[in-house]
Amino acid sequence: MMNDMTHGLGGNALTRNSGMPLALPMFEKAQVNTAAAERRAATLGTRRSVKKEYQAAWLVKAVQCIDLTTLAGDDTAGRVHRLCEKARRPVREDIQEKLGLSESLKVGAVCVYPAMVPHAVKALRGSGIPVASVATGFPAGLTPLKIRLAEIRYAVDEGAGEIDIVIFREQVLHQDWQALHDEIAAMREACGAAHLKAILATGDLKTLRNVYKASMVAMQAGADFIKTSTGKEDVNATLPVSLTMVRALRDFGEQTGFKIGFKPAGGLRTAKDAMNWQILMKEELGRRWLEPDLFRIGASSMLADIERQLEHYVTGRYAALSHHPMA
Amino acid sequence: MPSVSEILDSMDYGPSPEQNSHVKEWLGRHKDGFRHFIGGAFTASSGKQWIEVSNPANAETLGRVPQGTAGDIDHAVKAARKAYKSWSRLSGHERARHLYALARHIQKRERFLAVLETMDNGKTIRESRDIDIPLVARHFYHHAGWAQLMESEFSGYGPAGVCGQIIPWNFPLLMLAWKVAPALAAGNTVVLKPAEFTPLTALAFAEICMEAGLPPGVVNIVTGDGETGASLAKHPDVDKIAFTGSTEVGRLIREATAGSGKKLSLELGGKSPFIVFEDADLDAAVEGVVDAVWFNQGQVCCAGTRLLLQEAISERFIAKLRKRMESLRVGDPLDKSVDMGPLVAPVQLARVTALVKKGESEGGTLLQAPSPLPAKGNYFPPSLFVDVDAASTVMQEEIFGPVAAAMTFRTPEEAAAIANHTRYGLAASVWSENINVALDAAARMKAGVVWINSTNLFDAAAGFGGYKESGFGREGGREGLYEYLVPAWSKNLAAGAEDAAPVSATPSADAAANVVDLIDRTAKLFIGGKQARPDSGYSYALASPKGARIGLAGLGNRKDIRNAVEAALKGSAWSSASAHNRAQVLYFLAENLAARADEFANRIKQFGAPVQAARKEVDTALARMFYYAAQADKYDGRIHSTNSKKQTTLAFNEPWGIIGLVCPNELPLLGMISLLMPALAMGNRAVLVPSQAQALVATDFYQVLETSDVPAGTVNIVTGARDELARTLAEHDEVAALWYLGSAAGSAMVEKASAGNLKPTWVNNGKRIDWFAAEQGEGHDYLRRATQVKNIWIPYGE
Repeated sequence: MMNDMTHGLGGNALTRNSGMPLALPMFEKAQVNTAAAERRAATLGTRRSVKKEYQAAWLVKAVQCIDLTTLAGDDTAGRVHRLCEKARRPVREDIQEKLGLSESLKVGAVCVYPAMVPHAVKALRGSGIPVASVATGFPAGLTPLKIRLAEIRYAVDEGAGEIDIVIFREQVLHQDWQALHDEIAAMREACGAAHLKAILATGDLKTLRNVYKASMVAMQAGADFIKTSTGKEDVNATLPVSLTMVRALRDFGEQTGFKIGFKPAGGLRTAKDAMNWQILMKEELGRRWLEPDLFRIGASSMLADIERQLEHYVTGRYAALSHHPMA
Repeated sequence: MPSVSEILDSMDYGPSPEQNSHVKEWLGRHKDGFRHFIGGAFTASSGKQWIEVSNPANAETLGRVPQGTAGDIDHAVKAARKAYKSWSRLSGHERARHLYALARHIQKRERFLAVLETMDNGKTIRESRDIDIPLVARHFYHHAGWAQLMESEFSGYGPAGVCGQIIPWNFPLLMLAWKVAPALAAGNTVVLKPAEFTPLTALAFAEICMEAGLPPGVVNIVTGDGETGASLAKHPDVDKIAFTGSTEVGRLIREATAGSGKKLSLELGGKSPFIVFEDADLDAAVEGVVDAVWFNQGQVCCAGTRLLLQEAISERFIAKLRKRMESLRVGDPLDKSVDMGPLVAPVQLARVTALVKKGESEGGTLLQAPSPLPAKGNYFPPSLFVDVDAASTVMQEEIFGPVAAAMTFRTPEEAAAIANHTRYGLAASVWSENINVALDAAARMKAGVVWINSTNLFDAAAGFGGYKESGFGREGGREGLYEYLVPAWSKNLAAGAEDAAPVSATPSADAAANVVDLIDRTAKLFIGGKQARPDSGYSYALASPKGARIGLAGLGNRKDIRNAVEAALKGSAWSSASAHNRAQVLYFLAENLAARADEFANRIKQFGAPVQAARKEVDTALARMFYYAAQADKYDGRIHSTNSKKQTTLAFNEPWGIIGLVCPNELPLLGMISLLMPALAMGNRAVLVPSQAQALVATDFYQVLETSDVPAGTVNIVTGARDELARTLAEHDEVAALWYLGSAAGSAMVEKASAGNLKPTWVNNGKRIDWFAAEQGEGHDYLRRATQVKNIWIPYGE
């Protein structure tokens, strides 16, 4: 669905990360001071404030960046269909009209388990919304490599345009960077034209130093996006972890020229969360990283909160949840 | 107004103004002019002059405050004196209730105070809302606690009395809190003069005092300029002056208060180093620079404006910093998305502009943030000088604006040398992920506050204050409270310390020695571990009170003091010795003195003391030596409970380095020991001027020093005309602290002469201290005076 060399917005196309052999010097001396990262993260949202029409615009942009997600054991074709309908029309049309948007709003992607990919592809046909599939033994990633790679190929064959892989955490905890690199590189190869988002499961990696190094290895191995969490770890996306990842991404970009995308996932529920992460992206990386080809938010309930905020913006009245269609 | 679609393209932040209608309403109520707050009521000035107060962001007038006159100050001091009688007698708990009420009221008025502060000072609403005002409330809470604990934690101490407090414009309400909260907790009453640029939050605080039911006269606020401040500093019925501001004005206040008996604390300028080692988290350190240099427009005395970068990472760091500067936003400080507002006043803008021009003319490369600046208002962009070195003006002078200057270093040792090579010593920021590198650097810093992998952290529980010409005294924490307390016994001392008679350096037939029954002894000076003849080649005669000639002592002069200080400078081994090692030497000194106890008693007897008294003096001196030997490894620092969960704040008691000790004329052995031992126990090297009249006790004592493993340069003894030598010591910029126990006139002279390098002094104002009484002659007071507190902040976590 997208060609191999570029993805993203027409006039501002990106060159896809080609990957590279493992290069230890790019990260082996990396330092991350946790206390300082926490301080920076804590004040990102207090140093910037976005109000009124600007806030509405930022929230619209956030909607465009959402990977609307269902990753539950009880997912069914029907549930996935409902989610895809919401993805096509994430915000009520009357609100969209009042916002004066020139084209109709849609989310960044719909994210499902591999077995749900055929249902999602069918439901989204003609919408231009890509299907993202988790793969590689999500969420733990502890099935044999052969099977993990086969899972990727299955999802791609069924029409997934983006694959959210999970890494083998032991390779980070043992600092076995070569093994981590080679596995992700193999996954990238299995993805073919589909984009690879590398989930680092940062809640399992614990230290920010690990997060930084794993980010670098994933990018060297050819990841198009790096993503924080599966949503299933004890701790999911946090601002300090995200800060560390986007700084790694920035360093990688400075040294290779490739722009890599970032996706926080898990625990982002409110419009305020969306804005905090948008501010992080704009402050640490710049305006370009607010677009869906470089920024995605893995979320399910966040959309409902954004809808309410947007309704409040256009009506001046606080909105009821039940006035917006369910995802 | 742009449409949502247009904003989707630009993704700008857009305006986000903090609403200020409540503050405008309040200003409107006062549009005819504010008044002083005296004796619990708003009181018109006795003068007719006004000071216009304007908003630095747009030059709009906010109101006017009276230019306080000497009469206004006198009125306020009288009100404070009257209130002092009852306030100081309240129980700690009663005062705690009042401070608690103030803290609560400040919290209830927090947004009002934040908005007013931003309009008055120009600091961003983010800072006034998230930093200044919360710290103000925190300071009152913390000190409500100290008020409660005053009797149990500070028994034997009492309030200093009426305090005059003069505060700067950079953190108007926070500096008020730092001054008022500890003063009130300790039982003092205050007259506070806010800065003329920024008096408004202090006047709002006055209203809060009324709202919170503070008794009249406990807090008095008189507005005005430097002249009003000078009247306060000079007022005879003020017992203590606390000043925060420039080193230049601090020096004037030191001179103005000399000899007045006032306690004094000064928090002055700085040019603090910000050291980035090659193993630092560079992105973290870049944010550190933002918070160090561009916080409050750089109008921060402890701003880390000297960036010292290890050569291996310097280029990369500057590249990252330049990139970071691109996203800084300068503009209306009431806008919630602004990083930097205007400087406080046009005169500051002119000063910063001139210094930056000078930096450029000296060859520095100026890098500035590209953020557009508003057309009106005192705005200056975030700035960074590269291609400068240690000799550049912008590396040496406090700019007090948003300007950093960067240079490189090669090794940790060199970093410390460059960092400390300044007249200031307020703060330092050290960035390294290696605990050895970081703690070693922190230990080497000659600064009152060291932040490891952080910068500009403040909390009521930790002392803040500087080394060297950054001032003396601490604000915050236990160490800060002592600035507002005095030992109870010190309030009732009588005059009568022995004065030193004029010295004659000529031979005299009147005082001929009676019988030559011993081989003649030659008393020399003792400098750098060696006996040295006085530079002058003169001696002066020592006699008993009845006129019997006892011997000759060298007539030391300013060159001998210079040589003694040189020797002390080289004798740094003592300051770096372990506390245990110092204790051993002090015990050994006592042992060797004890072995010659009879000889010393006889010598003291020669000078007129009765046998019993002479014996008692030696015995008391020996006990005192043991006391300080014992304390050498027990007068510990503290770990402060600062307000953050993953952070430790270590308060170290560090020696001054070189301390001048001018000993009392009476009790030649005990007086000398009472000064020398605490200084040595804490690791200082001393230049000591012994009793002028009984100097031979000290010259006998150097023989004890010589046999007791005291390293060369640790103790240097110069005999001679006491006040002349004291003056040279007071004026010597390498002497870090000075104790003078002599006459009232000599005390005044010493305090005045000390203004040069702003060395802290301790003088007796001619009062007689009972050196035999342990309460007066030894104890924690002496150890505290022999040390300065360095707070090292260590945030941690992985």
